[in-house]
Amino acid sequence: MTSDLYRFAAPQAFFPVAGKLIPWFATLAGLLAAAGLYVAFFVAPTDATQGEAYRIIFIHVPAAWMSMFLYVVMACWAGVGLALNTRLSGMMASAIAPTGALFTFIALWSGALWGRPTWGTYWVWDARLTSELVLLFLYFGFIALKGAIPDPVRSDRAGAILALVGVVNVPIIYFSVQWWNTLHQGSSINLTRAPSMAATMLLGMLLMALAAWMYSIATTLARLRAIILERERDAEWVRLQRSAA
Amino acid sequence: MAGFPTILRRELRLALRRKGDVLNVLVFFVVVASLFPLGVGAEPNQLRAMAAGVTWIAALLAAVLSLPRLFAADHADGTLEQMMVSPQPLAVVVLAKIAAHWLLTGLPLALAAPLIGLQYDLPIDALGVLLASLLIGTPVLSLLGAAGAALTLGVRGGGALLGLLVLPLFVPVLVFGAGAVTSSLIGINPSPHLSLLGAFLAVSSLIGPWAACAALRVALD
Repeated sequence: MTSDLYRFAAPQAFFPVAGKLIPWFATLAGLLAAAGLYVAFFVAPTDATQGEAYRIIFIHVPAAWMSMFLYVVMACWAGVGLALNTRLSGMMASAIAPTGALFTFIALWSGALWGRPTWGTYWVWDARLTSELVLLFLYFGFIALKGAIPDPVRSDRAGAILALVGVVNVPIIYFSVQWWNTLHQGSSINLTRAPSMAATMLLGMLLMALAAWMYSIATTLARLRAIILERERDAEWVRLQRSAA
Repeated sequence: MAGFPTILRRELRLALRRKGDVLNVLVFFVVVASLFPLGVGAEPNQLRAMAAGVTWIAALLAAVLSLPRLFAADHADGTLEQMMVSPQPLAVVVLAKIAAHWLLTGLPLALAAPLIGLQYDLPIDALGVLLASLLIGTPVLSLLGAAGAALTLGVRGGGALLGLLVLPLFVPVLVFGAGAVTSSLIGINPSPHLSLLGAFLAVSSLIGPWAACAALRVALD
């Protein structure tokens, strides 16, 4: 069974599978996002202290979750590629990076828009905001390094080393920033206050998180197909596919 | 490990033949740190508050500026390839180069830092903490920086890219290093910060050389 699955480590074998999977994940993402947004706007109650502005949480929190999760997934694929020398793993890591960077950016941007009505400022040097910003820089570094090395094999391996060093550092950066925050900033803005969240709010957030997850898989697979085609453009099977199309 | 002192001596001798390269980094460090008061004003309380951060950021920038030299010359003339095919483990070569880099940049920066602290009107005990934080923290810059230098070896636009890669990884050094000085200024014991800086040094000494070796193998494949 497992040896059958290994077959899909070949880009040629995975290419059609990815093509078949994309519509499923895209549809799931659409349905979950529709359900999540419905819950977010029509079912979840208005927050007692923040009014309607809190509803941006339904974008903000799933985006922040995905941004961190995708970095770990990317580093895992990079590590697999480095250890087992599988070409597809490196391509997978490259395909995940832009989506991860996008979610990091969305988390920062929505955080800024949320911060304005609630804290009265677009940006505070809060530990979570700051480490999210550093995470964005790590994504940029990964993408820039891969873009600067033209040879695909070298680019994948160098990117993998960077991603692995990054993934070891992410928790350290997070805790260092958190501690820096407690030293430099009084508790004028207390972000950790967690009023018991209404069950419907949690439901909406979970639906949106699942939607973001499905969206990430769909876009990653689509990007992966493009990368496979680009790298294998001289391979026989790609030429056959091109002449068939 | 027999090769370690040999390579270290070679690196130091090569660097001391061209003293300018070593001095330039040090001068850059002092110039950057001296520009801040011109930009933000010379109000003593403000200067004291930002002294540690400015010194540390100047040290990070100076380190990034000096890092491309770590492998570039040996890569250009083929020495690095010879070192890789020699029976010496690559890790020994990398560790010796990292040690030489620290002796030539990190150590001078740390020794010059109290001077900048004086410019910023730091009290004597804070100067000591600043020196200690740089002595513990600058090896991290050489260790993690070596990985960045190896990753960008022979890559176009290497300098700016190197900064983009390693500066985010230096965040904990900046936080704990500057934090130690700041806490000593406000009368808190700085030793927890210094201990954490030491812990980060221990972690970096594991991952930095490993990543640098792996990256060198990729670059010279």
